[in-house]
Amino acid sequence: MSGGIEIPVRVVEIEQATATVKRFRFAPVSGEPLPPFSSGAHVVVLMPAADRTIRNAYSLIDRAEDGSSYRIGVLRTPQSRGGSAFMHEQVTVGTELKITMPVNLFPLVHAGRKHLLIAGGIGITPIFAMAEELRRTDASYEIHYAMRNTSSGAFVDELRARHGDKLKLYRDDFQETLAVDAILPNQPLGAHLYVCGPAGMIEAILEGGREAGWPEENLHSERFQAPPTGEPFSVRLAKAGIACEVRGDQSLLEALEQAGVDAPFLCRGGACGQCEAAVIEADGELVHNDHYLTEADRASGAKIMLCVSRLKGRELVLDL
Amino acid sequence: MTIQFKQETFRDDFTFSNSPEAIRRFPFPFDKDEYMYAVNIEQHMPGPVKSPFEFPIDIDEHYVSEMRDRALVLKEDPLRCQSLPHMITAEWDLLELLMESMAKNYPEHFTLTRDGDRWHWINRPLGIDQAFTFGDVSTLPQPPMEYVTRQCQGDFALLDQRLDNLWMDAGMITTQADWSLDFDIGMNFMEWHAPVPLAHDMGIFERALKFLLNLQQGRPVRRLNWTMTVNPRLDTSPENYHKWGADRTTVTPENVGDKVHLRVELQALWRLPRSNAIVFSIRAYMIKMNELVTIPKWGRRLHRVLRDLKPELADYKGLTRYRADTVAYLAKHDDGAPTSPGFFPDPE
Amino acid sequence: MLAATIKSRPIYEGLRLDGRAKRHLVAAEGEGALAVLDMLAGEDAALARATLLYAPGGSAGQEHGAKLAALRPDGFHPLPTQPTLLNRLEVILQTATMGTRIYVAGTEGFIGKVVALAQAHGVDPQSVRTEHRGSLARRVQCVHCKGMTENVTASPFVCSHCGLNLFVRDHYSRRLGAFQGVCVDAEVPGEIPPAEELFR
Repeated sequence: MSGGIEIPVRVVEIEQATATVKRFRFAPVSGEPLPPFSSGAHVVVLMPAADRTIRNAYSLIDRAEDGSSYRIGVLRTPQSRGGSAFMHEQVTVGTELKITMPVNLFPLVHAGRKHLLIAGGIGITPIFAMAEELRRTDASYEIHYAMRNTSSGAFVDELRARHGDKLKLYRDDFQETLAVDAILPNQPLGAHLYVCGPAGMIEAILEGGREAGWPEENLHSERFQAPPTGEPFSVRLAKAGIACEVRGDQSLLEALEQAGVDAPFLCRGGACGQCEAAVIEADGELVHNDHYLTEADRASGAKIMLCVSRLKGRELVLDL
Repeated sequence: MTIQFKQETFRDDFTFSNSPEAIRRFPFPFDKDEYMYAVNIEQHMPGPVKSPFEFPIDIDEHYVSEMRDRALVLKEDPLRCQSLPHMITAEWDLLELLMESMAKNYPEHFTLTRDGDRWHWINRPLGIDQAFTFGDVSTLPQPPMEYVTRQCQGDFALLDQRLDNLWMDAGMITTQADWSLDFDIGMNFMEWHAPVPLAHDMGIFERALKFLLNLQQGRPVRRLNWTMTVNPRLDTSPENYHKWGADRTTVTPENVGDKVHLRVELQALWRLPRSNAIVFSIRAYMIKMNELVTIPKWGRRLHRVLRDLKPELADYKGLTRYRADTVAYLAKHDDGAPTSPGFFPDPE
Repeated sequence: MLAATIKSRPIYEGLRLDGRAKRHLVAAEGEGALAVLDMLAGEDAALARATLLYAPGGSAGQEHGAKLAALRPDGFHPLPTQPTLLNRLEVILQTATMGTRIYVAGTEGFIGKVVALAQAHGVDPQSVRTEHRGSLARRVQCVHCKGMTENVTASPFVCSHCGLNLFVRDHYSRRLGAFQGVCVDAEVPGEIPPAEELFR
């Protein structure tokens, strides 16, 4: 519940978009329209696995005009910690799931003069929604979409139909490379760049932006980060008097949830700051994997983001 | 439940007053006998029946007269309503939020019919019947924010979220406690709170901003703020301060009960769905001292709060000149008895 | 350096060359020229990509302009007044591209106008590099009549438009590039505290 309001939904359509990507259409169980959302938003999908509830964040692709459905896209990751495997293998048409209300940590800058949308692979999902909003509002934009090969471009046909020449494709099998230094010169003042995709690609694009003299204020990204795995450790909540083990393939937040703790969260990807917790004692080294805490916060050793960070050591004591 | 709308004024002859029912439902802001800043944000959940928290948007007996006063303010000074061009989606979000809430909770007075993007709005108290296309500004007589807020009590500011901050990029501000939309539009959260004393050093605004950046759709929050006003004047804007400032010197021990008003702002914040903006609503409620003391607990408590208020705060809230007279008046209604915890009147 | 105690007032961090910028667009007024000289002297690579606009300030002489010209930037536009400088800047901004870094140095009122103009062309104020030089005089907007009074050095002062006595509130609007002036004797007309020279 601490991720906010939960909406029960039923899967009404599944498309095998590529060999590794499925698109899911969710309809509200209640029949009440699903709320509109701003492009770039995600929902957390709660998956009832046999032994636990898996919670993964997925960007919303679109919403039916009348609110009768949302779509998300899910990449089957080889190193799945359970979420994408569950979606691909367990979920069928008719499956009931819960989702949280949409949350947007990757918003368009509405005052921008032009918008360059850059996607790699499954990173296209928020970009798809952003492009649609820009099209609808007659804004100036370009879409640059990189993929391994033509058959892995899960959204090419739909994007081409909506955006025509504004869509540029970069297919590894055609030796097409997304060269940021070719895109960025000559963009008008007030342009903004948005990138979503694999971590390495994001870093390269952002660095390319800085190299082209773009200010940080005009560079935006969203990382889809699964909680990194690591060594198991123990956690104790000083106030609640609860102690539990965090498995190597489990995040701190997931372990606490499994122990029945109603911990707050929004993004589950180390970006929003909602799950920040105060560290009382750490018998070992804090491994910070988030994008939220400042260098000073990290140096203090007093804070940790439950969703992606962990302890390399024996026991962590939190002020919860 | 049909509301009997009063005909009254908030300027010139100041005929505003509260009915006994309105006094009992007044959002008294002090839950203790002393006041200091706090973030004091809580979920904007439905509150007790007939309280100002019963519904997300509260419409009361002053509705028709307040809307008339707003129209007068706008006629004199159109800069009280402004919106930067990138806020148009947020304007439509606001229109939806207000019309939906008013129609759902006050069906005798307001009706909204939706058929796709073809909407039909009926506002009976103001005699308005408007068909329009949601998303098409050319189908309304004014832009959406102005249109709907000319028909809804409270000031409204629309906050754009970008670069990890909130930017006040649009608003309808006609009943403000001494701040200027025309001056503050385009400012971020820290900037528009700049004139507030003490709270910056306490870290209040950093915490509040961090909280609001993660405000969730469907989970609005609220807080109460307060100040005091001489005469029931809604438009205590800095723009007109040279016209109303002298009111503050007109308080005497004889007229304090009628002239001095506690002014409470019910501030609520919602995440808007299509724009990811936040709407910040600031709804002002006023109560005369002689109305307030009809609730014995409130008379005792306000006496103690005002008596012990820090001078910087008294100054910021502009009550230095008439504080002594007000405290003296309230002292007569404070027998020193202990007050019960919480905001609400004691049961009779 | 101006005190940073006013939360709505920008912090002018000082001019600092952005080594990665493809173009340097520099606007200076009066003694702001000295900040530009400090930043660009000897930076030949940057000068080859720099456009300088300069308007002499009220008190400062022409020799600053000559020194800037001697830097031999790619483009140099000495202009007679602030309004003509702002007009020229506006035209340049219309066709400027990303990768252009904007710098401004001079009085606070001038910085405010340049930042607001850049913002009107989609440039976030945080990405404009600024340095305050010269007079501490404030540009003040009368909250009552909305008229701007330039070079205010004392508070209270008389609004140059509506004639009300205004005190200068420590509240700054980036959009207007001005502080807020509020009637000082609204409560008791004529009760005006003595003017103090505060912003010289």
